[in-house]
Amino acid sequence: MHIPDGYLSPTTCAALYAASGPFWYVSLQRVKKSLSTRLIPLLSLVAAFSFVLMMFNLPLPGGTTGHAVGIGLAAIALGPWAAMLAISVALLIQALFFGDGGVLALGANCFNLAVVGSLVSYGVYRIVSGASAITSPRRVVAAALAGYAAINVAALLAAIELGVQPWLFTDANGAPLYAPYPLRIAVPAMMIGHLTFAGLAESIVTAGVLAWLQQGDPSLLKLTAPRAIESGDEDEIARNKAARADWRATRPLWIGLTALALLTPLGLLATGVAWGEWGPHDFTDPEMRRQITAASGNQAPPPNLPHGLERLSSIWTAPIPDYAPQFLHSAVFGYVMSAMFGVGAILMTFLVAGWLARLRRRKNQRYT
Amino acid sequence: MTVSEPKLPQRRGAFIARSIARMIGALEYTAAAEATASKPGLLQFLDPRVKVAGLLGLLVSSALAHRLSVVLGVFGVALILALLSRISWLVLAKRGWAGALLFSGSIALPAVFLTPGRIIFRLPLFDWPVTEPGMAGAALLIARVETAVTLTLLLILSTPWPRVLKALRALGAPVVLVVILGMTYRYVFLLLGAARDLFEARQSRTVGALNAAEARRFATSCIGVLLGKSLHLSSEAHLAMLSRGFRGEVHSLDEFMMSPRDWIALAAFAGLAIIAIWTGGR
Repeated sequence: MHIPDGYLSPTTCAALYAASGPFWYVSLQRVKKSLSTRLIPLLSLVAAFSFVLMMFNLPLPGGTTGHAVGIGLAAIALGPWAAMLAISVALLIQALFFGDGGVLALGANCFNLAVVGSLVSYGVYRIVSGASAITSPRRVVAAALAGYAAINVAALLAAIELGVQPWLFTDANGAPLYAPYPLRIAVPAMMIGHLTFAGLAESIVTAGVLAWLQQGDPSLLKLTAPRAIESGDEDEIARNKAARADWRATRPLWIGLTALALLTPLGLLATGVAWGEWGPHDFTDPEMRRQITAASGNQAPPPNLPHGLERLSSIWTAPIPDYAPQFLHSAVFGYVMSAMFGVGAILMTFLVAGWLARLRRRKNQRYT
Repeated sequence: MTVSEPKLPQRRGAFIARSIARMIGALEYTAAAEATASKPGLLQFLDPRVKVAGLLGLLVSSALAHRLSVVLGVFGVALILALLSRISWLVLAKRGWAGALLFSGSIALPAVFLTPGRIIFRLPLFDWPVTEPGMAGAALLIARVETAVTLTLLLILSTPWPRVLKALRALGAPVVLVVILGMTYRYVFLLLGAARDLFEARQSRTVGALNAAEARRFATSCIGVLLGKSLHLSSEAHLAMLSRGFRGEVHSLDEFMMSPRDWIALAAFAGLAIIAIWTGGR
């Protein structure tokens, strides 16, 4: 995960330093404003903590061991901006003093782990934990998912950065100058370890420590839980119960939708083309013309492509034609991916519309 | 009659021992680095700013080089610098080369067979093709990683950490970053000591086997305690700083003086880096 020097070209290193720069600047300004004189001691201690955390050997299910990076914990305890700075400092000390991760590659490591990792873990934690109470088990699940998502997104970014090297930098004979593997090898090679052991270690540490803090020192969790229900807030508890009831009522719908998305490859069993869904090329293909004739009560299609169809069909080109994304070779998986993408796009549209409507309602309430 | 030790509890408790070993290893490494940095030697005599800028220049030049011979040339310069600075090659091998070779070697090895190109020979028994671009890429990667590790180690093994920080400040790093790095470094060792104490206290009270779930619970509670301690310590350090008149402004003393020897060294570093960049790109 900590990319050493030599794997990334100096150009990539410079680009990722440049990408991290604005985040460092903004986070420093925000943290300075909120922490004032506490900035230096707090960041120093949390950076030192992140560093020490990486020394902990954790037994994992299956008999192996691993160590966590602590992105999730730092983001949950401090918020994403302070966590970004603290983890960047820990990475700098690791690179300079212990040679873990490169000095030139520090920008890349900070971008992957500190910047994106902190934002992802904070976002996942806030979304999943919602307004649940500080001591709610839901927060433990949220922390586990936050740690898991953060480490895997960071690993994916590292894999992409490594995977583009042989594409961008080779010598005259085609020998790779930096990391030697293309994306199709780098991504699975990196992700297999992180989706399993490294993700599990991060997940266990983040969830385990959060559960411990819920019992031992819940005040440390309040900073990133502004909407958490205080015990005794009956109205909020009632609202949450209602939300849970809503979820229970719509659960069969979600299960049904998921099942339908998974069953979409059944479409592959159907032969021929659906009546009326012909493309311009179908009118010139003899086999397709025969099928159109058979499906239309032996009425042959016009010998030439209708002018209107030709003109209008070129206006829009679908990004995923025939439910088969170009980057996937499996037709079954392509169908499932297309279904998930379609359902996701529809849900996202309704979520955004709902959010805008709520925003408008609140605005109106303020003025009345 | 002797009774053999039961193996399971030892194996199950090994994670505590491994964690303690890693922490002690980090503490020992720091002590060794400080001892080497105080020895008389070429790099130790140089102004830290010259060392940071010079070694960084060599690092960049080796990263830019497209030719193995040039990267090996920079590696050779690093070895000579180590000799002249009384930094043992054995220490470099233990602290950097072995780990880097193991890591990069395991990554580079499959590339020897997987990179398409002219086949030089086939691996006996397996008949796997070893390609020319694959060999060249793997050799370049390993050489570059080893060179980078050596140059970074040379800086740390020849310069006490506070002087590295002052050099960073003199070279334009923000003063807030330098102060945070200095404090972090000090507290890393305080927290490492605290973590080691936690583990040793548990180990001394553990009889029999710790199963994996118990071990995880213990590790997470240790981490929780350390997080609480860290935040508590930060409040104490903050109050101590305020009591000494801290108002959020930080200053650092930059008392470095460049001697003729430093200027010569700087020119030599710059010359070597330029030569490496010039010849490495062709």
